Formats: sequence, structure tokens, C-alpha cells
Amino acid sequence: MQTPILKINGFAKHFTLHEQGKQIPSSHNVNLEVYAGELTALIGPTGAGKSSVLKGIYRTYLPSAGEILYRDRHGELVDLAQADEYRMLQLRHEEIGFVTQFLFCLPRQSTLDVVAHPLVVRGESRESARNKAAEMLAALNLPERLWSISPATFSGGEKQRVNLARGLVAKPRLLLLDEPTASLDPVTAERVIGIIEGIKQEGVAMLAIFHHPELTHRLGDRVVELTPPSASLTTQAIDQQEKVYA
Amino acid sequence: MSVTYNFGFMDEHAKKEVRRSILKAISIPGYQVPYSSREMPMGRGFGTGGLQITLSLIGADETLKVIDQGSDDSVNAVNLRQFVELTCPGVNTTTHLNEATLIQSRHRIPEVPLTPNQTLVLQVPYPDPLVVVEPSEDKRKVMHGEADYARLLVKLYEDIVKFDEITISHRYPTRINGHYVIDPSPIPRWDVPKLHNSPALILFGAGREKKIYAVPPHTKAEPLAFDDVPFRVESFNDAQGNRRPCERCGATDSFLDEYINEDGSKRYQCSDSDYCDTVLAETKEAANA
Amino acid sequence: MRKILEVRNLSKIYGKGCPRCIESTGPEADTNMCPHCGSVVAIHDVSFDLHEGEILGLMGESGSGKSTVVKNLYFDQTPTSGSARFIEEDAKHEMFNLNAAQQRRLRNQRFGMVYQNPHLGLNFGISSGGNIAERLLMSDVSHYGEIRERAKELLSRTEVLLSRMDESPAAFSGGMQQRVQIAKALATNPPLLYLDEVTTGLDLSVQARILDLILEIQQERNTAMIVVTHDLGVIRLLTGRALVMKYGRVIESGLTDQILEDPQHAYTQRLVASAL
Repeated sequence: MQTPILKINGFAKHFTLHEQGKQIPSSHNVNLEVYAGELTALIGPTGAGKSSVLKGIYRTYLPSAGEILYRDRHGELVDLAQADEYRMLQLRHEEIGFVTQFLFCLPRQSTLDVVAHPLVVRGESRESARNKAAEMLAALNLPERLWSISPATFSGGEKQRVNLARGLVAKPRLLLLDEPTASLDPVTAERVIGIIEGIKQEGVAMLAIFHHPELTHRLGDRVVELTPPSASLTTQAIDQQEKVYA
Repeated sequence: MSVTYNFGFMDEHAKKEVRRSILKAISIPGYQVPYSSREMPMGRGFGTGGLQITLSLIGADETLKVIDQGSDDSVNAVNLRQFVELTCPGVNTTTHLNEATLIQSRHRIPEVPLTPNQTLVLQVPYPDPLVVVEPSEDKRKVMHGEADYARLLVKLYEDIVKFDEITISHRYPTRINGHYVIDPSPIPRWDVPKLHNSPALILFGAGREKKIYAVPPHTKAEPLAFDDVPFRVESFNDAQGNRRPCERCGATDSFLDEYINEDGSKRYQCSDSDYCDTVLAETKEAANA
Repeated sequence: MRKILEVRNLSKIYGKGCPRCIESTGPEADTNMCPHCGSVVAIHDVSFDLHEGEILGLMGESGSGKSTVVKNLYFDQTPTSGSARFIEEDAKHEMFNLNAAQQRRLRNQRFGMVYQNPHLGLNFGISSGGNIAERLLMSDVSHYGEIRERAKELLSRTEVLLSRMDESPAAFSGGMQQRVQIAKALATNPPLLYLDEVTTGLDLSVQARILDLILEIQQERNTAMIVVTHDLGVIRLLTGRALVMKYGRVIESGLTDQILEDPQHAYTQRLVASAL
């Protein structure tokens, strides 16, 4: 039996808003596993805290409860909920990728360099990193005339492709995807699906949020459904179902 | 005028204080030692710093030579010499370098190398070379202490950028014994190499600024420069590249002063009048022989 | 990544201080001035590490003490207490135990500083090239040709027109002055750079290009940097980790994206919310 790359036990995230004196629950009692070469799909209605799970793993959010056990490439088990900042930065550089729906970049950096950056950080030569970046951008249908300019001025769909290219080109051990095809045309979306299937074959473990049930069916090896926190209080027993599509 | 002053004009305690400062200056080559510069019966700026050193060191067996810009008979030199003659009975004065044991000078070091039994006293208007880059004396003291002279070198850099060479004509910053950089008084660049490993003791006195410093005998004195833009002395070559001789004595190895004739043409003559006289006498003697 | 700086319990108090200074100041007291003795607790108990090639952000409003931290680390000021250890591959320096000459050596050769106000970092009485020459001369480069070449290299790297390198920076625009400052700070290729509000007051487009330049330099040379700013955009673009300061205290620290997206402290939440 394969051991998971990522195992989350009892994860919860709530926000304390001091100004308003309120606590806002987001994710609640999340349990899931992600395996190498497999994609675990995270589904559930808006407000169920799906993004909070991804951000909690990436530590963009500080988890409120639970363990996020990640087995690194040396086989060492790290609780990402507790890991220190330098360990997190190292894992972000070397092992864990995150494709969000937002892109922060500098106005002067070319798209090609933005995409190549994660490879350069890992020590790859600029040239080889740029070649791989170009391949990925071509695969994602981003017109070549855009490669040399900064993505800061791009449309939502173009930015999304740059973001995806950057996440996918690095082929991290664990890739977190937040609605990777959200603002893409059907043709490009299909290409993204192809690439995801490809890197899955190469052994990348993925945890993804999809908004289309169809995508979940096509790509998800496991499905974890989250329910909004208010409902979860009364339906704790069924707030998660893990279905395995064989 | 009857002389009722103490020998050397200053009282013995004052002389002692100056001598202590001199000893300290010799012990820390290039370091500016503060001292309580006395009022002299002449205005500050007329060589009072050098004079106080001279008066503190002079004894009845000394022979004094006083020069101003190389000349023994300019007004300032004559006045200072007469003042010493008046206040130090028994002291000999001379205009010949080889007879002198103590030489007080303004703006020049004699052409003929000094000897171990001579002491040169230079009059200094501005003792601190850092004053051009740092207005605060507190900070300058720290900079001297740490031998932090980068900003002086920046001045040289800027000079080369603007003029392709270092254009400082006098008061050339010179590093003594590998640490302190001094302002060697307004001597021309020509005289700076004479400070290096001089067999004679060289003392600097600034009356208005109340500082004494020294280049002891056989001490390193290196003008600041870049590795690839070395320090150079003035050139006295004419347009054809030939060394100009002194028009009076014919010497081609001395620092020349430029004079303008009445017709507007230029004339070059030794700045060191004693040297010029000596060369002239030697030439005559050779011609007579 | 190797640790290059370890700051522990750094404090700086202006004034004579009294036993009640610490308890009477800080974010809870809502002041940094001691009501009992009038001393100003500019920073108190600031601790952090910095690794090779890392960019750390110090954020907070004016008066929070963020600039005081770097001023102490650059020896512009002397801390009241605390320690800082600068770690090189072959040596460790207890920064505040060094004598003045040793501190000057670190400052001139191992650290670089870019101030918000170019007048603090540049000598306007000399040329831009001369400003860079000064730093090279301080680290004992004594070859004019080499200094000239290095100055040209640095100024072209920071995109200052070489045809203007012999002009005083006084004649330059604000953005150009910052570029000259950056070139000067980089002259000795220091492993650690302090950037104190370097883009504050510049046009947005100029700001962006300076930030680009800083990031490119960090990637090329693996220079560690401490970036002091009140601008959350700068923090987000440049830094990987950040400290949030208020009234001289570090009230929150963490990964930069976490601080901006999931701030824990009430003050940070207000700060982040007000910027959006």
C-alpha cells in the first residue's frame, strides 16, 4: 500500500477579526490524503473553505487546528501547520507549487522569466529554464508575441495561463491548484487537462479545486467534499465523503 | 630698544610646553598635537607657529636660517630673523644652508638635501588635510585615528576625471609612516619627496590653528596617489620638452619661479636664492680656474 | 541557505530611560514615549534572523521603529542594548562589540545602505562616479583605472546614463539619485543590503522600475536584504518574510503572503485592510 505524500487530519481554519470582534469559520474538520501520481479533488459549495485548505497547506493561512503531514523527498515527515518559516520557504522553492487565481509580478519581468523563475530558483540555468517555460507557454496557447512582455497588463485568461505555466513547468512534488481552468476558453482548458494528466503520469501529486463536476470526474482519483461550516456543525458525521474512483 | 625679554622671548614654561608637544609629535609621526599657541608680537599668519617652535628649540650655540618662499631676504624672513636676533642674544644667523643648524621656512624645503644635524621648521597655515572633505573637527579626529582617508583620494579621483591629472599644486596630502596623512604646509609638489626618509628632523607649526606635527628623521612620507596614476612633481620643460634652466645661475635641477618681464615674456629663476647664489659662485669659480 | 545575521533583543531608547519605560510604552500603551521620564523607546526587544539571499521586510507606520532597526545595524546609531551577529563563511562578528575601525570595515565592505533621502547616502559635492569611487577607496582599491571601470559597470547595471557619471547627483531626478545610491551600495558587492524606504516619494512607474532592479540584483548576486517600508505593495513584491512593527515592538512576523492574507494581530489587520 502506497503512503500518502500529504495527509491532513482535522484541519480547521477560522479568522479572528479583532476590529469587528468576530470569529469567522472557514474550513472545519478537513481530513484528506494526496498520493504521488494522483489528483485529489476538493469540491463543495462556495464558502465551504476549499481555498482555505490549499492556503493552509501553503501556509498563506495559518491553520487554526489539525495536522498537515507532508512527506518530503527525503522521506521526512513535516507538519506544515507547525513548520518554521524557513522550512516552508524551502519547500515552496523545491517541492510544493501553488497555482492561484491571482498573479503578483513585477512590471518589467517578461512573461518568459516569470514562468521560468521557479526553475531558476531551484538552480536550473536561465537558458534551460526559459526553454521549458517557452514550451509550456506554447502548450497553453499563449501567443508568442506576449512572451517578452510583462504579464501585469494581461487579461484574466492570459494571466491565468501564465500562472498555470509557472506552476506546471516546475513539476513540484505536490501541486496545489485553485480552479485551474476557471477563466479559460474550452480549447485551452482541454490543453490544461492534458498537461495535468501528463504530469500526473510523471508522478506529481495534486490537490485541486474544480468548479465543474465534469472535471472532477475526469481528473480526480479521489474526491473530498467540504460543506460550509454552519451546516457542518449539525452534520459532522457526513461532512466529508471520500470516494475513490478506481 | 633694550632687551628685557627672557631669552627666546617666551618664558621657560611656555617653551617647555612647546617642547613637550614637539616630543609627542615626533613620537607619533604625522599626528597633529594641540598646543597652547601663544600671542607673538606679530599677527597670526605671519609664521607664529613656526616661530614658537624655533624659539623653543633655539640655544646660544645654534645657527639659524630663515627663508620665505625660498628667499632669505623677503620681508617676512628678514623680520623673523631680526626678531630672533633681538630676543636670543648670542645666536648666529646665516643665509647659507650648510652653516645652519636650525632652518625656519615658509613654503619651501631647501634644494640641497638636509643633514642629520639640521632641523627644519615649516610654517603652516592649515594643518589638517581633511578640512577640505569634512567640516567637523570631531569627525576629522576619528578619521585620522582610523586612517580613514578615502575621501581625500576621492578628491584626487575627481581631479583626474576633470583634468586627466592630479592638479594639487601645493599642500599635497602625504601619508607619514603608513598612518597619518598630513598637510605638509604650502610647499610645492617638488618638495614633497624631500620629506621621505629625510635625515633631518622636520617640524610643522600652525600658530593660528594651534597644532604641531612632525616628520621625524628617516620616516616614510608617501604622497597619496593611485597605483596607476602615480604622484608627479612639477615639470619645468619648455614647449620642446627641454628642461628650462634658471636664467640666473643656469641650474637645471631646481624649483623655478616664473616671472613676467616688462615686455610680457616669461623668465624662470631658482626659487631657492641661497642655492642660486651657490651655483652661480661655483660656476664663476670653475670659469676662473 | 546559510544564516548571515542574527539579531537578538535589540533596543534603542532616546533619553535617559527609567525602570518604567518598557512597561509604559508599546502597542498596548499606544505610545513610544515613556510618560514617567519622557524617553522615547524607539525599538525594544527586536529579534530576527536573516539568511543568505533572503529579503526580509520591516513594515509599520512612521514612528514604529523600523528605520531605527537598520540604522543600528548599519552603525548609524548605537543600540541601548541587545546583540547582532553577522556571520561570514569564515568569521563571526558580534557587531556591537567591535571597535570603531572594525565596524567601519563591515559598514564599508560587507554592508550597503540605500536611504530614502539621497542626501544621506550620496555626497552631492562630488560626481556620481566619485560617490562610487569613495566606497571602493574605502575598501582599499587604489587603482584609478579599476575604480573607473567598476563605477561604469555599476552605473550601467543600475541604468544610470554613463554620459552623466561625472556629473553631481544633485542634477539628477529622484529615481536616478536612487539608482546612483544603489550602485554605490553595491560597489563592494556586499552580502547584506539595507533599503530604507527607497521608493517612497517616487513616481509609481519609477518605483516599479527600482523594485525590478532590486529584485534582479538579489537574484544575480544572492544579496540578502532588509527592506524597510510602509508600503504593503513593496513588501508583497520584494519580501519572503516580514516583521510588523508598532511603537518599537515587533507585533507580528511570518511569511509575507501569510501576513498580508491572514494577519493575526488587530493592528496588522487594520493596516492590511486600510491598504486594500
